[in-house]
Amino acid sequence: MRKMLLAALSRVLQGPAAAARPVSRVVVASRNYADFTSEATFDIKKCDLHRLEEGPPVTAVLTREEGLHYYRTMQTIRRMELKSDQLYKQKIIRGFCHLYDGQEACCVGLEAAIKPTDHLITAYRAHGYAYTRGTSVREILAELTGRKGGCAKGKGGSMHMYAQNFYGGNGIVGAQVPLGAGIALACKYFGKDEICLTLYGDGAANQGQIFETYNMAALWKLPCIFICENNRYGMGTSVERAAASTDYYKRGDYIPGIRVDGMDILCVREATKFAAEHCRSGKGPMLMELQTYRYHGHSMSDPGISYRTREEIQEVRSKSDPITLLKDRMVNNSLSSVEELKEIDVEVRKEIEEAAQFATTDPEPPLEELGNHIYKNEPPFEVRGPSQWIKYKSVG
Amino acid sequence: MAAAAGALRRLVRCGPQQGLGRLLQPRSGIHGSAPAAVQVTVRDALNQALDEELERDEKVFLLGEEVAQYDGAYKISRGLWKKYGDKRIIDTPISEMGFTGIAVGAAMAGLRPICEFMTFNFSMQAIDQVINSAGKTLYMSAGMVPVPVVFRGPNGASAGVGAQHSQCFAAWYGHCPGLKVVSPWSSEDAKGLLKASVRDDNPVVMLENELMYGVPFEMSEEAQSKDFLVPIGKAKIERQGTHVTLVSHSRSVGHCLEAAAVLVKEGVECEVVNLRTIRPMDVESIEASVVKTNHLITVEGGWPQFGVGAEICARIMEGPAFNYLDAPAVRLTGADVPMPYAKVLEENCLPQVKDIIFAVKKTLNI
Repeated sequence: MRKMLLAALSRVLQGPAAAARPVSRVVVASRNYADFTSEATFDIKKCDLHRLEEGPPVTAVLTREEGLHYYRTMQTIRRMELKSDQLYKQKIIRGFCHLYDGQEACCVGLEAAIKPTDHLITAYRAHGYAYTRGTSVREILAELTGRKGGCAKGKGGSMHMYAQNFYGGNGIVGAQVPLGAGIALACKYFGKDEICLTLYGDGAANQGQIFETYNMAALWKLPCIFICENNRYGMGTSVERAAASTDYYKRGDYIPGIRVDGMDILCVREATKFAAEHCRSGKGPMLMELQTYRYHGHSMSDPGISYRTREEIQEVRSKSDPITLLKDRMVNNSLSSVEELKEIDVEVRKEIEEAAQFATTDPEPPLEELGNHIYKNEPPFEVRGPSQWIKYKSVG
Repeated sequence: MAAAAGALRRLVRCGPQQGLGRLLQPRSGIHGSAPAAVQVTVRDALNQALDEELERDEKVFLLGEEVAQYDGAYKISRGLWKKYGDKRIIDTPISEMGFTGIAVGAAMAGLRPICEFMTFNFSMQAIDQVINSAGKTLYMSAGMVPVPVVFRGPNGASAGVGAQHSQCFAAWYGHCPGLKVVSPWSSEDAKGLLKASVRDDNPVVMLENELMYGVPFEMSEEAQSKDFLVPIGKAKIERQGTHVTLVSHSRSVGHCLEAAAVLVKEGVECEVVNLRTIRPMDVESIEASVVKTNHLITVEGGWPQFGVGAEICARIMEGPAFNYLDAPAVRLTGADVPMPYAKVLEENCLPQVKDIIFAVKKTLNI
């Protein structure tokens, strides 16, 4: 009944043009879900392989539900990051802010291939992962604005957001990689068939501790997927200027690797499923290089155009935007419609606005919070402030 | 009677560290129960602690260089790999930054690792993981991610190992909120503190001393029990005194007791405080002692600038004990140079018993 009313309303609103519209358009406008296909199969780019006979499949099946979910999630992250940009320029967000727009297919694709009981750790460009790992936009934005409603009560900030089975958010370049292998060690130790996704960037890929970690992960067959998010620039240094070998998927040497189109969510998903299967079967670690791109500079203090051209950024936006790629696939294969996706856009915008509203009105943490969380499971004790007369109580 | 009992207590506390290895069994004659105290080296005490904690909790495991098949570079983990196997006792490659990060990550994911540094000098390569990953994460996550890891190994000077292998890290780690830092002297300290550290849900840095590993101490029956813990954050008065407070940690505690034994013949009664924990420091015990004795001397092996002694002096200045000082507080520390190799030079780079005696007399003006 509702659908018929909507259809009628739609025709009324469209006015005289309605009659001229092709039949399929009218059907779509009436929101008759039976006219969408339930799934479609897509060709995806073949991954470059290192020390592997076979790689991930070259086709992927996308269901309508999955597509809508991926679209909504990527769009949410996109708008959340753009809102953060806005808030930063208004000086409501301070300090470091490393934005993820452009790279959405990576975090959403990875999450689509693993379970909530699997583990993930990344570096400081972490807002997208905080979201896919279960933190609400509200809590993320409130953490960025340093309020008590933030996911870390305002004590962590942009680079230190955590969730169940999500270990941050790490500020020291590369340090998260040994941590990730340690989490994988725990997965193997507990024997619960869980794996750890350990992410780092093209800049971090030259850190020595990563090679130490490759060695131990391979030696001990840790269920760890090392994932290099190669967005072509480590801050202002392009990969060609930083690495003697830019084949990041081969840098694990004895660790099998795949190079993945990080702008295609289906490619990311299939590759991750492939790698996860490898790890879960006890074969040891795998390495994935996701070729991706960030629209923003390294951080909010980097305009991002001194070391790359506006043309390059524009080209990626127009030809490889992950959200547009998914949208086109879905619309062109009757998995959804422009209107339906627009509706999702509207809902997402609303959610982000409400979250931003919360993030700008929630109070800052109370001063008493300053001393807390020094030790866990410790009777309350005193923490020294800037002078001997200023003391804060500390509870874990 | 009280004086005799007091003398006996001092005898019990002072005895073994002079290396005479006397077997003291004070209880058998006095209390009529079976003799229960035994002589245990610091090494064996640590080994027992590791064994007991590995047995008690499956989540506890040990990793580090040579800890498994070699039985430990200093034999602290002797026999453990044979007993517990590859899963619980893990030999690592020489990759401090890597394996320390792995230990910290494992702790974040619910295990309780003990990460051994062959010496704390090598921990400098991994110090980012200790401080930034282990020490700060609970705070940054507002309590969501605890890091129950123990970092342990020999710290400070050894004998003739040269400058790069002789540094004391008590001040370095003691500086950082989020960490706990302990520094055992005796076997009882070593065993009780290691057990307490493993059971603590926070990152603990345990600074042992290589020269103490082979030293036997009497361990009471209580200290031998599987649930014997030494509380972290509490100092111990090793010797009661009235004229001067000697505050120390690790090997220097023994030197303080030796100095006290010499000074007592001249009528000077030293109170010897064994810090046991560097962070959180038990300043109250030091203050209470200074209120009693009116004189303070700190003794440590680490360098003077920004050291443990410097912190103690500053804290005393800020607290009630300042008004009870009859003389400025004095620090005895390692010499302000990298550690030389030649024996005569090395000896003179650490506070010796004669230096402590000299400092006591100077501060008491005798």
